[in-house]
Amino acid sequence: MAGSIRGRAMSETRRAALWGAALLRLRANRPACLALAVLLGVALLALFAPLASPWAYDSLDWHHLAQPPTLGASHWFGTDRLGRDLFVRTLHGVRLSLLISVLASVLSVGIGLAWGAVAGFAGGRLDEWMMRFVDVLYALPYLFLVIVLSTLVGRGSIAVLLLGVAAVGWLTTARIVRGQTLQLKRREFIEAARATGLPTRAILLRHIVPNLAGTVAVYATLTVPQMILFESFLSFLGLGVQEPHASLGNLINAGAQEMESAPWMLLVPALFLVLLLVCLNLLGDGLRDALDPRES
Amino acid sequence: MLRYALRRIAVTVPTLLVIITLSFALERLAPGGPFDQEQTLTPAVRANLDRLYGLDRPFLVQYGNYLAALAHGDFGPSLSQRDFSVGELIRQGLPLSMTIGLAAVLLAILAGVPAGILAALARGRAGDHALTALAGLGIALPTFVTGPALALLFGLYLHWLPVAGWERGAPRYLVLPVVTLAIPVAAYLARLTRASLLEVLRTHYVLSARARGLGAARVLWHHALKPALLPVVSYLGPAVAFIVTGSLVVETVFALPGSGRYLVQGAIDRDYPLVLGMVIVYAAFTLTLNLAADLLYGWLDPGARHE
Repeated sequence: MAGSIRGRAMSETRRAALWGAALLRLRANRPACLALAVLLGVALLALFAPLASPWAYDSLDWHHLAQPPTLGASHWFGTDRLGRDLFVRTLHGVRLSLLISVLASVLSVGIGLAWGAVAGFAGGRLDEWMMRFVDVLYALPYLFLVIVLSTLVGRGSIAVLLLGVAAVGWLTTARIVRGQTLQLKRREFIEAARATGLPTRAILLRHIVPNLAGTVAVYATLTVPQMILFESFLSFLGLGVQEPHASLGNLINAGAQEMESAPWMLLVPALFLVLLLVCLNLLGDGLRDALDPRES
Repeated sequence: MLRYALRRIAVTVPTLLVIITLSFALERLAPGGPFDQEQTLTPAVRANLDRLYGLDRPFLVQYGNYLAALAHGDFGPSLSQRDFSVGELIRQGLPLSMTIGLAAVLLAILAGVPAGILAALARGRAGDHALTALAGLGIALPTFVTGPALALLFGLYLHWLPVAGWERGAPRYLVLPVVTLAIPVAAYLARLTRASLLEVLRTHYVLSARARGLGAARVLWHHALKPALLPVVSYLGPAVAFIVTGSLVVETVFALPGSGRYLVQGAIDRDYPLVLGMVIVYAAFTLTLNLAADLLYGWLDPGARHE
């Protein structure tokens, strides 16, 4: 009894040390820190700024139609053809993109973790079939399935779309988690756990999964920009978020049609999208280097 | 090699069948149909329309009929463009889409691979850093941002190239679409080539070749380059998938009458046969090129055949 308590305390110290060291390495990575700060700033802005602004994302200002951005005026980033405030609409788009992509990433990484860990730990025929299934799904051009799906659920049903995207996004995570699990399960501490008679499920949950946390964190971070890209891609084509709701994708599409007379309608949402994508990728790369010093 | 090829083909064919079945099932089992938008349809007219297009039959009968027609190259009638069959729309759009796609792949290889080699040779110097940063940006930027941005810069401000349109395939109209499509692939290829060449340059046989007194250029050309380009070949499969996806965006941005635009418009109009036909053609195209890339890789690297 006393032994097991001491064992747990020790393992927690070691884990804290692992994450602490990772944090130190992350802190030394200037671009990643900057990216994190920018991301937090944009997220806070997206959460609160629409509340502070007098305009709603769909309110029309008839006195300022297609107004260019002007600092100090009531519309910082200008307005669109209908007099809707571009600042508020862009931040609404950011909010929606972040929400959808974070949810989709959590979902897909969760599925991938479960699938990969079970396949890798079980091994044998079950592993083979589970991974064969992943291979087949990998070969599907899933963009088309999502397009097919989006014609079905009626355009604008983001929830179903999100499920569709997440349901296919887990494949990479599953493969990587399986590979890691295969390595882990040959280690002595797993053998020890088995020798003490711990049931398989407990070994998986208590020993395998916590050791995969670093990998999973990295892939979750790198999945988010992919999901953002996917959502705005569909919205850009007119298959995702619909007017009057704003998403970065449909704002860019609307802006591209007006760029001759009003380039800011394109540039404002495009800059926000690029900012999000670059920052998330930098942060993901930084996390990978921090959690896996062997690779760098 | 033959066994490897047969095994790869044996995986590809069922995958295509799965795609056809899945897309068909999704389309037919969904609520809502192509005739929902027209308001004043009496039930009798509606029933006639459904009968005309076979939508009133049992699901399995529809599926069997579709497969049988597909075997003869018949994709059925388009529901939103009543005067055309899906096959005609595909034949109209596909040549343009393929021209743009192939040109983009070629451009990406011609730009990306040399850039990666230069970056690897200039490792750690300013040129390397600049190229790496540029490649990072090229990968991060989505085509639906670079496309309009390029059109804005070169079309509207500099007036070098037309903003959009087609004019029966005049090359001037295809420059911006091809460049837009090629940028991310070129960036990825540059990064890949750089990493892989750096790895090869560290191997013992390259060191020993240098130690025997061979010149740097000769070692690069005769010894290092071929193995370094293997990952590039393996990336060609994903690159094709990427180009196919990107063509949907590029054809929308630059108003090109390619098949990608028909697919998007068909999805918006809920034109089942059109979407289905386009998805099948695109899927077959992607799978075939993936297969070709796999076979090429297996031919170049015998070790890969036994995995």
